Amino acid sequence: MAKVKFEVPELTGEIIVPGLKEDAAAAIKSHNAPVKDMTDLGFPTELVPDWKEKAVAKFAELLKKYRSLKVFMDICVKCGACTDKCHFYLSTKDPRNMPVARAELLRKVYRRYFTTAGKVLGKLAEAEDLTREVLDEWYTYFYQCTECRRCSLFCPYGIDTAEITMAAREMMDTVGLGAKYPLQTINKAITIGNNLGMPGPAIRSTLDFMEEDIKEQTGIPVKFPMDVKGADVLLITPSADFFATPHVESLAGYAKVFHQAGISWTLSSYASEAGNFGMFNGNYEHMKKIASRIKVAINELKPKRLIHGECGHAWRAAYSFWNTLIGPFDSLDPKYPAPQHICEFTYDLINRGALKLDKTANDDFVVTFHDSCNVARASRMGNSPGGQFEIPRAIIRATCNKFVDMHPDTIREKTFCCGAGGGLLADEIIDLRIKGVMPRMQAYKAIKDSHGANFFALICAICKAQFTKVFPYYGYEMEEVGGVHQLVSRAIVLGGKEGI
Amino acid sequence: MEFSLLTIIFSLMAYGAAAVFVFGILCRIMVYAKTPSPLKIPTTPAPTTSFGAGVRVLSEVLLFRSLYRSNKWTWLGGVVFHWAFLLVVLRHLRYFLYPLPSWDMKLQSIGIYAGIVLPIAVLYLLMRRTTVDRTVFISSLADYFALALIFFIAGTGLLMKFYERPFMVDIKGFVYGLATFNFSAVPTDPVFLAHITLVMILLAYFPYSKLVHAPGIFFSPTRNQADNPREKRHVTPWSPNLT
Repeated sequence: MAKVKFEVPELTGEIIVPGLKEDAAAAIKSHNAPVKDMTDLGFPTELVPDWKEKAVAKFAELLKKYRSLKVFMDICVKCGACTDKCHFYLSTKDPRNMPVARAELLRKVYRRYFTTAGKVLGKLAEAEDLTREVLDEWYTYFYQCTECRRCSLFCPYGIDTAEITMAAREMMDTVGLGAKYPLQTINKAITIGNNLGMPGPAIRSTLDFMEEDIKEQTGIPVKFPMDVKGADVLLITPSADFFATPHVESLAGYAKVFHQAGISWTLSSYASEAGNFGMFNGNYEHMKKIASRIKVAINELKPKRLIHGECGHAWRAAYSFWNTLIGPFDSLDPKYPAPQHICEFTYDLINRGALKLDKTANDDFVVTFHDSCNVARASRMGNSPGGQFEIPRAIIRATCNKFVDMHPDTIREKTFCCGAGGGLLADEIIDLRIKGVMPRMQAYKAIKDSHGANFFALICAICKAQFTKVFPYYGYEMEEVGGVHQLVSRAIVLGGKEGI
Repeated sequence: MEFSLLTIIFSLMAYGAAAVFVFGILCRIMVYAKTPSPLKIPTTPAPTTSFGAGVRVLSEVLLFRSLYRSNKWTWLGGVVFHWAFLLVVLRHLRYFLYPLPSWDMKLQSIGIYAGIVLPIAVLYLLMRRTTVDRTVFISSLADYFALALIFFIAGTGLLMKFYERPFMVDIKGFVYGLATFNFSAVPTDPVFLAHITLVMILLAYFPYSKLVHAPGIFFSPTRNQADNPREKRHVTPWSPNLT
């Protein structure tokens, strides 16, 4: 690996707010989307001649459809509360990565076309024409936002840059300026059924392999059922769980939990993806199309419960949006939340004493937990606010003897993004990804130094992919990264007491 | 009864500014209220009931809760500024109401202290804005204009209170006259005329600037939505149901 190519921030264990370095990240750009994906998704394949009018018209449409966008365009007072909160500002020092300055890229165009003051006074009212330069700035900086909502948490008005970024991307897509990684992923999810573009038989053969593997290791026939009609549980999980490391380890964990609980379950080859990149690019129709595969699977397989695997943005889409997009879930058993997170499910079984867990199996580890942004700031688990922090931690504590939390300003709702969410898990912007993860790495470095942490547990497929990729640049082993259900998988005692 | 040209001009300007303010704010509120929230997007952890979400919004409006979590110094300046502003406005009800309600009577003296604190808070906010490199970068003419406007409004007010001391009965007569359509002559004291001119500019500027954050915050979906998407199905008005 060509590790020397990139400037890796120095790890000191501290997060220091840097001074401004204008245009420091201006050259970092995501690749444009290929013609095929733009065509498939109904977007122009290159910048249309009347792109300015089209973009402004789209802007007008979105302002009418989204109260968030309309209100957030108007009410920022530029107090500066968000300026030191974004991982991309902290790491690139580029002032346009301060959330308020990022939003200003859109706001100045909003003022020019949608406010009286901006139309009349122009620059004096901070209004600016939508020029090619402005459009290029949009493309650069709205693909340097992971939509993690950390700024929104600290904003006195709750202005959510994620909403602004989504709108900007939707406008750009509409005029033919799309980014490759998110749009390719959306296209695969819509046409094939998962982000990785894996057909059903490929998934089945991985599952067969996992069944054999677990049988060999434990002697227990843990099954990985797919497309089983009438199973109690339909599990929707990120497709990375079927083949990526360490994701598969968590999939093994889910299967063992189902096995031990004696609850019948199934995956769906048609709805083989929990992730929903439609959300990242702000396209409601794509988001709905991707989610509708799950509705089809429910209608076909007729499960009683809908359970969701370890993934951050996917859990946001599932928890917050599924009921709106593809609900109501009348055919499911109303006793259970729909959808239910796998952590809620496992936590419940642990509380009822239905699982036997041997903590010493994880004695090699001093575990810390990374709250993924979309789980932390855009969803919930359990019945009370903050359950999304307590439940995964409770599972970890039940599966290992040594658990430590990172600095309080970097966990729970104040957590730092992994630096690759929001459709930024692309190879060409690895430089940005290495930088963006810096605040999180500082906190991990600090807990390593003080408590010897050596296992970085998390519940997000994008986070898992990003951390395993960037850990080595910082001198850490990628094996330190793993899912919460990987810990469960190691600790769970199979056989013996089965069922509940 | 004959009125001077000055009286006619200031009376008309006052009604004009008030009309622009009321109309502008109502328009904003109507647009915000009419624009749908297609999806559930509260910043979590969030209250799970509408009542809880209401409390959350009030904690932002009255205590600036999120700003407190973000930056204690900005919070301090912001809270002192806004509360001082509110108390000063409440003190000024004495020019519009007769007889003055007893609760407002009690606020009269604290209103004076608030009036002294107000320009100090403005200067503090200005200092913060101009000394941190990040806020210097994001600040524009509009941000300085709003602060300057309020600074000079407070300044001319204090000048009248502590130095110039125009005849208060005339001022009350004029303002109360406007409020009750029982007109009387505008006082010709130049500081007073400057004071109300600046206030009229503020009123007219308010709905068309960042100052709409005042009504706007009540419509912020990340703060005013309850976190209950699984329990209660939220419907997107412009997107049909699947079957």
